[in-house]
Amino acid sequence: MIAAAGGRLAPARPRRRLRRLLPIYGLLLPGLVLYGAWAAWPLLNSFILSFTDWSLTKPLTPVGLANYLRALGDPLFWRALSATLGYTVVTVAGQLVLGLGAALLLNRRIPGRSVLRLVYYLPVITSWVIVSLVFTYLYNGQAGALNWLLVDVLHVLDRPVAWLAEPSTALWAIAVLGIWKGIGWTMVVFLAGLQAVSPELYDAAEVDGAGAWARFRHVTLPELRPTTTFLLVVLTIGGLNAFISIFVMSSAATGTVGGPLNSTDVVLTYLWKQSFAQLDLGYGAALSFLLAAVTGLVSLVELRVAREAAR
Amino acid sequence: MIGLRRRRGLGRWLAFAAAVAFGLVMLIPFALMVSTAFKPHAYVLEIPPRLIPEAPTLDNFVEAWTSQDFGRYFLNSVIVAVASTTIAVTLGSMLAFAFARYSFPGRRLLFGALLFTMMVPGMVLLIPQFVLARNLGLLNSLAGLIVVYATMNLGLNTFLLRGFFGSMPQEVFEAAAVDGAGVWSSFWLIGVPLARAGIATITLFSFLAAWDEFTWAIISLSDKNLYTLPIAIRSFQRAQATEWGLVFAASLIALAPVLVLFVALQKQFVSGAFVGATKG
Repeated sequence: MIAAAGGRLAPARPRRRLRRLLPIYGLLLPGLVLYGAWAAWPLLNSFILSFTDWSLTKPLTPVGLANYLRALGDPLFWRALSATLGYTVVTVAGQLVLGLGAALLLNRRIPGRSVLRLVYYLPVITSWVIVSLVFTYLYNGQAGALNWLLVDVLHVLDRPVAWLAEPSTALWAIAVLGIWKGIGWTMVVFLAGLQAVSPELYDAAEVDGAGAWARFRHVTLPELRPTTTFLLVVLTIGGLNAFISIFVMSSAATGTVGGPLNSTDVVLTYLWKQSFAQLDLGYGAALSFLLAAVTGLVSLVELRVAREAAR
Repeated sequence: MIGLRRRRGLGRWLAFAAAVAFGLVMLIPFALMVSTAFKPHAYVLEIPPRLIPEAPTLDNFVEAWTSQDFGRYFLNSVIVAVASTTIAVTLGSMLAFAFARYSFPGRRLLFGALLFTMMVPGMVLLIPQFVLARNLGLLNSLAGLIVVYATMNLGLNTFLLRGFFGSMPQEVFEAAAVDGAGVWSSFWLIGVPLARAGIATITLFSFLAAWDEFTWAIISLSDKNLYTLPIAIRSFQRAQATEWGLVFAASLIALAPVLVLFVALQKQFVSGAFVGATKG
């Protein structure tokens, strides 16, 4: 570009510059228009909406911080937030532990490794709606496969439990699905991390007389730290934004989203009900920004803790 | 030395046994879904649950496909997934190429805005998207799904392909510029063919994301004739006396194209390079 511009006179420059830039902006334009109209503009609108009272039918009235203050004093919001955090802690821990376990098994040269990897990955590619319905079926309160296993085969329980209709079990039953669905993905990321560990580190540890556990503890885990941090943050964001499984399973088992007795209400199901059942759109928008703030805050804390631990 | 090797061999077989046992546990839900799809209604909640149906039948598949307008739902899903993927991949490639290969005023600002919007949870956008679709008459229409799904995939596609275009050798493009190739011909004749592997992968991911999308579809569609597969399947589930055989036959029909793609292109699915993209 510079060489080509060399011989020209000064007044021609702005037009040449425009001629150079025009096709570049041409490449950008269609994508930016679509993204601007359907992502950036809605984002701005959502922010504005969160400071208003609006329900589609009645006129929009600005209310300042009222929606945010209302959320802070709303026991159902706090309940939903604590359920969200509980779900997130359980699913993130479960996926990390089992995903790492699966990755360690498949990192060895065992027969049928690629078939097994596909099997573990199958839940990842199956849609949330389908797996949610499958687990609703497995959890059936009278004749579900899980009750059959626990009552008739293992004799752990005296009588069947309605896993999804019982306030004390429903959320955790859904969390089990969340773990099962995410193990394969977590495993693939861990496998990529494991393959990047230099074999010489293991050889050196072995020469020093380190056993299998010591090698895992002092070579594998420290070397996997960046991978683990990445997974921790991404899985946490996924957990905080859990929606489809809870929506489908709670309404399938109890007829109400977030049921039984609001025990499975997470922030997104509560937001969904406020926005699209109550049509309280301003409040819904405020809830969505509160969740985004919680997500950002938790991610930052995790990154900080991971950095401290690395020292 | 021999003792050590034998111990290693034993460890390998233990790992194999553990991996197979774990795989079987992971497969149980699928196994029961498949067997239930072939069971007559009376047997779907039998005790003990049979893995091999006693009286296997194809009735559920026949009923799912014929009496439930399933062909229409399938077609709706195909239309929405193909159209939104075409848009998200084409526009994403153009954006990525411009961001990766050229400098222009506003480049950092625009890319930053793109990244920022990408990181915001989808739910934040849902309410204004709903209002926008309503104002434009796109609520309760397949066009409304196509636009939102294309947008949903555009950010990530741009981000991933920018890396692809950015890592291409500068000399190729310089040589083309000497030969008089402009921005568009560099994009179309050099960039796109060289980025084929990356484009194939984002095509796959965009298609699957659109094929499986649930939240926007259930909010925006009220006309049953416009249902896509995920919400159609859910609508088969009833609070009382769900016909599980029918639900799972329908689920398997919806899952079939995904499985075909998965088996054919498993490298793209489980490769480390794009590993961030499949997390649903």
